[in-house]
Amino acid sequence: MIRSSLLVSVIRTLRGIGNRMIERIWRLGAGARLFLLTIIYSGDCFRRFHLTIREIYSTGVMSLLIIIVSGFFVGMVLALQGYYTLQKYGSSEAIGVLVALSLLRELGPVVTALLFAGRAGTAITAEIGLMKATEQLSAMEMMAVSPIARVIAPRFWAGVISMPILATIFSMVGILGAYLVAVPVIGVDEGAFWSQMQANVDIHIDIVNGIIKSFVFGIACTMIALFEGFDAPPTAEGVSRATTRTVVTSSLVVLGLDFVLTSFMLTV
Amino acid sequence: MDRTTIDLWVGVFIALGAAALLGLAMKVGNLTTGRVGATYSVTAAFENIGSLKPRAPVKSAGVVVGHVNNITFDSKTFEAVVTIDIDQRYPFPKDTFANIYTAGLLGEQYVGLEAGGDEVELKNGDKITQTQDAVVLEKMISQFLYSKASETKDEVVKSEPATKTSEDKSTELGDAPF
Amino acid sequence: MTNNIVEIDNLSFGYKGRLLHKSINMAFPRGKVVAIMGGSGSGKTTLLRLIGGQIRPNLGEVRVNGKVMHEQDRAGIYQLRSKMGMLFQHGALFTDLSVFENVAFPMREHTDLNEAMIKDLVLMKLNAVGLRGAYNLMPNELSGGMARRVSLARAIALDPDIIMYDEPFAGLDPISLRVICELIRSLNDALGATSIIVTHDVQDTFSIADYVYFVANGEVAAEGTPHDLMQSTLPFVHQFVHAEKDGPVPFHYPAGDYRAELMHE
Repeated sequence: MIRSSLLVSVIRTLRGIGNRMIERIWRLGAGARLFLLTIIYSGDCFRRFHLTIREIYSTGVMSLLIIIVSGFFVGMVLALQGYYTLQKYGSSEAIGVLVALSLLRELGPVVTALLFAGRAGTAITAEIGLMKATEQLSAMEMMAVSPIARVIAPRFWAGVISMPILATIFSMVGILGAYLVAVPVIGVDEGAFWSQMQANVDIHIDIVNGIIKSFVFGIACTMIALFEGFDAPPTAEGVSRATTRTVVTSSLVVLGLDFVLTSFMLTV
Repeated sequence: MDRTTIDLWVGVFIALGAAALLGLAMKVGNLTTGRVGATYSVTAAFENIGSLKPRAPVKSAGVVVGHVNNITFDSKTFEAVVTIDIDQRYPFPKDTFANIYTAGLLGEQYVGLEAGGDEVELKNGDKITQTQDAVVLEKMISQFLYSKASETKDEVVKSEPATKTSEDKSTELGDAPF
Repeated sequence: MTNNIVEIDNLSFGYKGRLLHKSINMAFPRGKVVAIMGGSGSGKTTLLRLIGGQIRPNLGEVRVNGKVMHEQDRAGIYQLRSKMGMLFQHGALFTDLSVFENVAFPMREHTDLNEAMIKDLVLMKLNAVGLRGAYNLMPNELSGGMARRVSLARAIALDPDIIMYDEPFAGLDPISLRVICELIRSLNDALGATSIIVTHDVQDTFSIADYVYFVANGEVAAEGTPHDLMQSTLPFVHQFVHAEKDGPVPFHYPAGDYRAELMHE
């Protein structure tokens, strides 16, 4: 008797997991389809570029404050932590290299993507979810305007354009923050700080690769935010769950992609 | 927010991004010390190059005068052949020494050129004959241990009546660098 | 060219094993105001979406202007839709655009008119609904009734042949109710359009409708002029039209015997 009920509950759990897996795969397919449609309907974004500019304002410019402040603090902390360790080996002048490489290669693109997902991604999901819930997307369809061309695609391109810009600003501000901590406060030699950095930071391996990474992250985060909003159940609860899913999924995807991209870039 | 204000802010945003990128390229990267300009190539053979890598700097008197182009292995002489590109502005005499140094304690290895006194200069395709290998940590440690071992052996011998001749302290290196 | 601008023929629609419409036959003549009424969940709004081509029927046809809706390709559907205007239940105004921009939206998307012409047209439409002075407000600054009127102005922006209303009277105060009611009729006659109203409001609808379809249990239970339906002896129609508490739609949700359940305590 006990055994059979245990079996039943095990089967039920497995079925539940299986259903959820199928649901996730279905959503992955739906997301890919939305991505394809977005690309196909992108013509209008560039012909009437002011639509895209509006969205760049919402996603990029409005995220500037959090990116600059975070970049500054991350740079300063890197300088402090790095100095503490490096001075044990008498290499405290390598602090510039440490900060620059950490930011350009990893922290710049990844942290910017995580912050972007939290700030701009959730805003996009909430906005589109709300438009769906208040039937604005339906209204657009009935007016023979494709909501994908008018609402989704401009936000997509805005995110893809904004992300590398934000990541670059993050890195630069971080290096400046590190400079301000290392040179005036700690007392590292200014010339050594910059020259060691210049000698060891390569445009192609470090700066360009960092930009490529943030470009890829931009595509991923923006698309996830758009899909969650578009697919959200048109209720208040549905929209709020969708925004949570945006942040979680974006973060996991960014970290996973980071690993994949880093391994490509380091071997090539 | 009307259109012109939004356009303004987006313009500022993109300008900031461009400025950051420019700043990174100039101040942080090696754009200013890029390998623009004509160079001439010479080769140098080493028994051990340590961890020298292509694109490592080539310095003389501490100034970067070129970069390592290529590193290959010669299976006839079993030596490493390093091809370096030297900036055309800096001619070097034929009897230049090429050494492999380490920058700082944890630093990367680079090629150091010490000019000799020959009047004839190195030309494109010439070979530097005087080379000194990289210092390999394991060899240094084993030499250090060996020298320490023979030192203690000498002391033991000295403390005994002088019937045996003392052996030379054979150290290939002087003081330990540590 | 029949006199009917929209025809629904033997329509059957449902999802996941539940059939919403079993066999619907309706005709909407040009220039008339036709109401579709029924209880909640009887699939009235779905009928509007079928006419608009947002969903496809399982069986049967929806014909707009003689063309079968679900056989059209994307361009065909958009062409047919450009002749339709729809008023959604809560207005569905674009919240990031002003009242002016909302009404101008269809004009900007579908015509190449210059700004001066658009401005004139928008103000004309807003004037027709009495909100010309509010053109600069944002949707969140409007009351419910005003928002619905702006939506109406947007729905008629391109002078459509078919105007569809999804519960236009829901949640309005008496004044706004009267305003919307009269606007529906007057705009329909002024534009020579056909209006399709989905509603469960009896009094106001009957005062302006030319013909009424009554939908229940997936079929057209009754149809006729408002006068006919008021006289109808069909129990279903009678209960609805006269707002009776109990009838074919029972007051009590099916439950066990009352006494037996109480005694079990």
